[in-house]
Amino acid sequence: MNSEETIAIIQSECERARAFLDQKGNPRTALLPILQAIQSQFGYIDKDALPLIAQELNISQAEVRGVVSFYHDFRLEPEGQHVLKLCRAEACQSMGCESLATHMQERHGLLPGQTLPDSSLTFENVYCLGNCALAPAAMLDGKLVGRVNKEWIDQLISGVRR
Amino acid sequence: MNPIRIFISRDAASLSVGSNKIAQAITQEAARRQVQIEIIRTGSRGMMWLEPLVEVETERGRIAYGPVTLEDVSSLFHAGFALGQDNFAFAQDHALCLGRTQDIPFLKSQQRLTFARIGVIDPLNMDQYRAHGGFAGFEAASKIKPVEIIEEVVTSGLRGRGGAGFPAGIKWRTVAAAPGERKYIVCNADEGDSGTFADRMVMEGDPFMLIEGMMIAGLATGATHGFVYIRSEYPDAITTMRAAVELARRAGRLGKAFDIEIRVGAGAYICGEETALLESIEGKRGQVRAKPPLPAHQGLFGKPTVINNVLTLAAIPWILEHGGKNYAAFGAGRSRGTMPFQLAGNVKYSGIHEVAFGMSLREMIFDISGGTASGRPVYAVQTGGPLGAYFPEHLLDTKLDYEAMIAAGGMLGHGGIVVFDDRADIARQARFAMDFCAIESCGKCTPCRIGSTRGVETLDKIAADIDRTRNIALVKDLCAVMTDGSLCALGGLTPMPVISALTHFPEAFTQSPAKPRAE
Repeated sequence: MNSEETIAIIQSECERARAFLDQKGNPRTALLPILQAIQSQFGYIDKDALPLIAQELNISQAEVRGVVSFYHDFRLEPEGQHVLKLCRAEACQSMGCESLATHMQERHGLLPGQTLPDSSLTFENVYCLGNCALAPAAMLDGKLVGRVNKEWIDQLISGVRR
Repeated sequence: MNPIRIFISRDAASLSVGSNKIAQAITQEAARRQVQIEIIRTGSRGMMWLEPLVEVETERGRIAYGPVTLEDVSSLFHAGFALGQDNFAFAQDHALCLGRTQDIPFLKSQQRLTFARIGVIDPLNMDQYRAHGGFAGFEAASKIKPVEIIEEVVTSGLRGRGGAGFPAGIKWRTVAAAPGERKYIVCNADEGDSGTFADRMVMEGDPFMLIEGMMIAGLATGATHGFVYIRSEYPDAITTMRAAVELARRAGRLGKAFDIEIRVGAGAYICGEETALLESIEGKRGQVRAKPPLPAHQGLFGKPTVINNVLTLAAIPWILEHGGKNYAAFGAGRSRGTMPFQLAGNVKYSGIHEVAFGMSLREMIFDISGGTASGRPVYAVQTGGPLGAYFPEHLLDTKLDYEAMIAAGGMLGHGGIVVFDDRADIARQARFAMDFCAIESCGKCTPCRIGSTRGVETLDKIAADIDRTRNIALVKDLCAVMTDGSLCALGGLTPMPVISALTHFPEAFTQSPAKPRAE
């Protein structure tokens, strides 16, 4: 982690929140934007960033940790080079997403939350991507994919493996 | 000669099946054939089974082709799809030609008030927005008193489209009457229910309409600041909304009397609950607040706050432009206006169908959606997201309005309809409802936090045929506790899919054992 860069991100998000609300008060409202900006910059939130955030927002480290652990998006460890999120919610269930998850496990040895041994891909569950009319849906590195099938998954994984 | 205008959607759903690649291939093929074309990227028409859909402007109106694959592009040009704008110069003999877009039955049978511009205009082109009636609602609102704006909304009968169905005008009136210098408009764009995507399509397909709705809410209540809280699972909607807010600021529409900030969620379903969403904007864990106080009295940062769903705010410009009475002319019973229903899951014709309330589920699923995509019998229908009931075939004559759905033991929710064929294991769906609640519970109240986990365990015992009769009684008892004792709708409504499954599909709990889902 680069402390200076982290502090710059924290201060800039605080400043933005203050400017929008045109008031000086407590900038705690900037906490989620700060965590998102740090994760977007470094790929994860280094635990050493937590005291810096707490100090800047004048809240306890426990409160920052509480927020980080509450939201599914935040992670304290880096993940694979690519991230595949497979939708496991009802509309995708009705179109067979469970058999895709089984395929991920049986064919590629990946359970949700796991990363390929070469760190090329992390597999995660997600509950609804808003692509319910083109189910089953997935998201690959932030890009939505519709009408997902086993062939697409196999091609993806053979393409990213190092 | 003017270039031929070709319209291709940039909605995330269209992109998810390759609309960018199609646009690129059409550009290249046109260059190769030296045909002058102009590609306009729009929102989606909402006919998802036809995506990627390509439309070509002619004198007869737009002609639609779909679903287009890369292999089709050359043959479309060969058949004359981009020949010219006169009446018969289009590829009517091509297998993908669907005729005029507006005549496609799925679209023709709709009453599009909110979705009127979506799929038609470039979402980030403010001139096109104005040319198609944009800002007319705001201009009408600027000429009348705040109290008169609120009266129009009350007259329209508009109810909260997020699912709760609370009258929007009454909420606005409460905030307008609340004392305080600083008030907020918060748009709930945390559309987490499976089977719903209308909010996403509004934000990606007509973002200025949402901004205009929030500006009108600001005028009516005296609020000066607005937040749009968008779930992180919608990166395209976030990008489009941010760009639209920036354009509106540059055009002087935002920034002085009223300004908007886009906030992004972090993967917590519970933040779709209004008080959890407010906590999240404040930089806290998304934990539900006890009510009272209502957000209208003490909402964001303790100030009076209007919190409305995307579709609620998106309906406002039409209401102000055309009058509350005209909006109320649509609908059934106490459900006034139109609803963009979302036809999802195992249906042949999937997508957005905006109509007045009052159509039956059966008409929607068979007449509009053409039955299942798999061609197998419809077995169960879940309306209203993961907290909605599973309806069997014999309840499909239920009308799609708030009261009729409740009377049948279900709910309309955000208007998502998910269809399952006869391969569905409803006992496993019931287990999923409890499991989802356990994953997403904010942990504030015991019935939801503990009850959901005990629910999963007990349903597993039933599936394993352990003391089945006793455990079914236990699940029913647990559901009663969760319904009566939970702080918010997550714990309070998770029993709905479970109880509906037990009531309408008892065979699922006595025959095929439900396999626990792979964890």
